[in-house]
Amino acid sequence: MHYDLSDQYHHRSSPIHHLDPRVKVVVTFFYILALSLTPEGAWWIFGFFLVILLSTVWLADLDLTFTIKRSFIVLPFVLAAVALPFTTPGSSLLKIPGLGWTVTEPGMIRFLSILARSWQAVQAAILLTATTRFPDLLWALSALRFPKPLVSTIGFMYRYLFIVADEALRMIRARTARSAQVTGRARPSIRWHGRVAGSMVGSLFLRTLARSERVYAAMIARGYDGHMRSLIRFRMTNIDWIASVLTVLLLGTPLIVSLR
Amino acid sequence: MMWLAPHALHVPDGFLSTAVSVVGWVLALIAIGIAVRLTRYQLGERQIPLMGLLAAFIFAAQAINFPVAAGTSGHLLGGALAAIVMGPWAATLIMTAVIVTQGLLFQDGGLLVMGWNILNMGVFTAFTGYAVYVLVRRLVGEGRRSRLAAAFVGAWLSVEVGAIATAFELAASGTSPLYLGLPAMASVHALIGLGEAIITAGAIALLQASRPQVLEAGETAPGRKGASFMMIGLMVALVVAIFSPLASQNPDGLEFVAEREGFLDRSLEPLFELLPDYSIPFVPNEVATTILAVVIGTLIVFGIAWAIGRTTVRKETIGE
Repeated sequence: MHYDLSDQYHHRSSPIHHLDPRVKVVVTFFYILALSLTPEGAWWIFGFFLVILLSTVWLADLDLTFTIKRSFIVLPFVLAAVALPFTTPGSSLLKIPGLGWTVTEPGMIRFLSILARSWQAVQAAILLTATTRFPDLLWALSALRFPKPLVSTIGFMYRYLFIVADEALRMIRARTARSAQVTGRARPSIRWHGRVAGSMVGSLFLRTLARSERVYAAMIARGYDGHMRSLIRFRMTNIDWIASVLTVLLLGTPLIVSLR
Repeated sequence: MMWLAPHALHVPDGFLSTAVSVVGWVLALIAIGIAVRLTRYQLGERQIPLMGLLAAFIFAAQAINFPVAAGTSGHLLGGALAAIVMGPWAATLIMTAVIVTQGLLFQDGGLLVMGWNILNMGVFTAFTGYAVYVLVRRLVGEGRRSRLAAAFVGAWLSVEVGAIATAFELAASGTSPLYLGLPAMASVHALIGLGEAIITAGAIALLQASRPQVLEAGETAPGRKGASFMMIGLMVALVVAIFSPLASQNPDGLEFVAEREGFLDRSLEPLFELLPDYSIPFVPNEVATTILAVVIGTLIVFGIAWAIGRTTVRKETIGE
């Protein structure tokens, strides 16, 4: 059993896949920002933005339900906003019988707007990951003046993620193999379980530390001078410029109209 | 997938207002900038391979869980552990790498709100965990048991502080009122924090028994004396960002600002004169100035606190 992330990126040869990663990062960020600036209850803008998103999914040669299927990851967090319809003052929409709680109209509008923003934003992020290779994404971040050592660190993390995660998986499997449960006997205490988990984390740390020393020695042997170099190069083409300007116009216009 | 159990502290996009999110990014970028420079000073060329592998370690260690009760399990966030073994600034960098990867690769946590996710789960946990660990050891003594107790308390409090900060941010964004959100977040994470505390103390116990010199390295990392100043600075900055009349009561930037235009114009005058020609074509002026004002206010407070912390750090590094 290996830890595998390869299903995050979906290889196609679509126009979206061929866009400069910088454009994709900026446009995704702008899309999420535009959602965040959309006034509460402006359903037509949310709808319009959803249409833009789904047409991009279609252009990327992905299944139309692709991003929707994965978007449910935000569901658990909805709990954080679930009190809003009840706590926001305003005209009452309906009363919950028995409890005496009232759902107010402004509260409901705010709650649904938060859901719409969050649901569409996560879909945009999913689309970005599905159409951009992670190393290209990191290159785009450093080209956009993200702190270089941080980007290199993330690149390094990504490179060894699978190895370290496999190591953790092996430890978990070993623990499972040794943790036979006898029915009728008392389970070990939480403290004991916790100590085992803690020891696993501790030895994973030591193994990772040792590995980092070996990796560093190998890098030094190959002439590492403290700077990471990348072979990835992208140049902005006309299509990239057109795509950026088009999305900015498409996202910006309804916002400006709604504010008038 | 077991790796993807979303932690309650990974805030998705949409739950924080625009102004609050922008302030979070500004603060996070400052913290990242300092962390990058100080860890480079601490580790030199080893910085990138070591930090990268330890970020992979934290990511993998978050999957190691243990059964608690009724189907729930205890697991690790890792900020406090990373800070205890590597020092608070290195931990900030490690946790940032983990959170950025989780956000970009798994959509675990949003992109616009990522600044706050980095602060809540990276900076706050690392500095709380470290400051409490150092403080408890100073109070209780240098023994083996006191070190475990210190790690336990530090790890528990680190999760608690991260959760409380998240509750404040949600309240400032108008997503959940503080009187409901704060007790809910604090009590749930008081339990989650126990899992964190047990695993962290367990890991420290193993390191203490097998490689005690590793723990000594963390205790001499840069930022050990500046840690409490940083913590206070960040807390003050957070409070300012949230209680500033512009960010609070401001669930959805635009409408609120439009309503209170008069009030804003008056309160913003001094800041506004600093940037007389400031305007963004696509964003109405009020929004831009709101965000700008909050950012500048936060920066000033943060800057003062940081300057205090910085002088301590400098003395310390010269001392070594």
